[in-house]
Amino acid sequence: MSELKINGNIRQFTLPLSVADLVEQLGYAGKRIAVERNGEIVPKSQHAVTQLAEGDCLEVVVAVGGG
Amino acid sequence: MHQLTIAGKKYRSRLLVGTGKYQDFAETRAAIDASGAEIVTVAIRRTNIGQDARQPNLLEAVPPRQFTILPNTAGCYTADDAVRTLRLARELLDGHPLCKLEVLGDPTSLFPNMPETLKAAETLVNEGFEVMVYCSDDPIQAKMLEEIGCVAVMPLASLIGSGMGILNPWNLRLIIDNAKVPVIVDAGVGTASDAAIAMELGCDGVLMNTAIAHAKDPVLMASAMKKGVEAGREAFLAGRMPRKLYSADPSSPTSGLIGS
Repeated sequence: MSELKINGNIRQFTLPLSVADLVEQLGYAGKRIAVERNGEIVPKSQHAVTQLAEGDCLEVVVAVGGG
Repeated sequence: MHQLTIAGKKYRSRLLVGTGKYQDFAETRAAIDASGAEIVTVAIRRTNIGQDARQPNLLEAVPPRQFTILPNTAGCYTADDAVRTLRLARELLDGHPLCKLEVLGDPTSLFPNMPETLKAAETLVNEGFEVMVYCSDDPIQAKMLEEIGCVAVMPLASLIGSGMGILNPWNLRLIIDNAKVPVIVDAGVGTASDAAIAMELGCDGVLMNTAIAHAKDPVLMASAMKKGVEAGREAFLAGRMPRKLYSADPSSPTSGLIGS
């Protein structure tokens, strides 16, 4: 198992794992979310071809109510 | 006629509304519909990993094909955090460049940190964002933001969520009279007359959230705000009568009185 930091929490995953695989595992497939990996945006078009590595730091965000 | 134009796009409504502090998405949507707003702000936050991913999503209640979604940087205290948030927002909204920049100074006043706001605005404009910017009611810094390339300047009328109304109409007038981009009062409006006053000053629009969401009847207040903004705009265009401090002027004829 490899460690990934997602939204500030460390979680265990089995590599190889693409961003698309991660999105699927988290239950967000088809949802309107955005992903940042190690400070860089991963565009939707790149989710399937972007492989994650041990220690990667990810942010997964959504729109919520705000002013 | 007299439509609001922001970054080349025309809007019929001059009322912009937030989506925070409502009981649920149904109430959010009902209030937005009653307000007539076409531009709707949202915040960007981390998903709750591990929680039910099938929970309803705000953008299902307020779909981007129907509304112009204005992602904000609420809660950001540095230029870097604000820029990072809006890059994520642009990805989330399929490349949509319009955004609301706000960089806060402290959690008590939520007053804008202007040096960081100016810094973030510069970066965002260079990256192709269309930046509507929450700012202090300082006419010099509002002009600086315009010169950087912001598409609208949005001075506070009073503190965010305070409902204290228009505290410094003279500064707002200075900003309005100098600006070549739309000036939108953002923050502080408490009730419909506040919105009307902002518009009578010559503001191009008003952005609000709490005044509607925390009214006893948010949907009814949204309708009142719509009318307040429209009334204020019409009064501004109509041009008010001059104030006469010391002499009254009867509206009825002074001749033809009985018994004369």
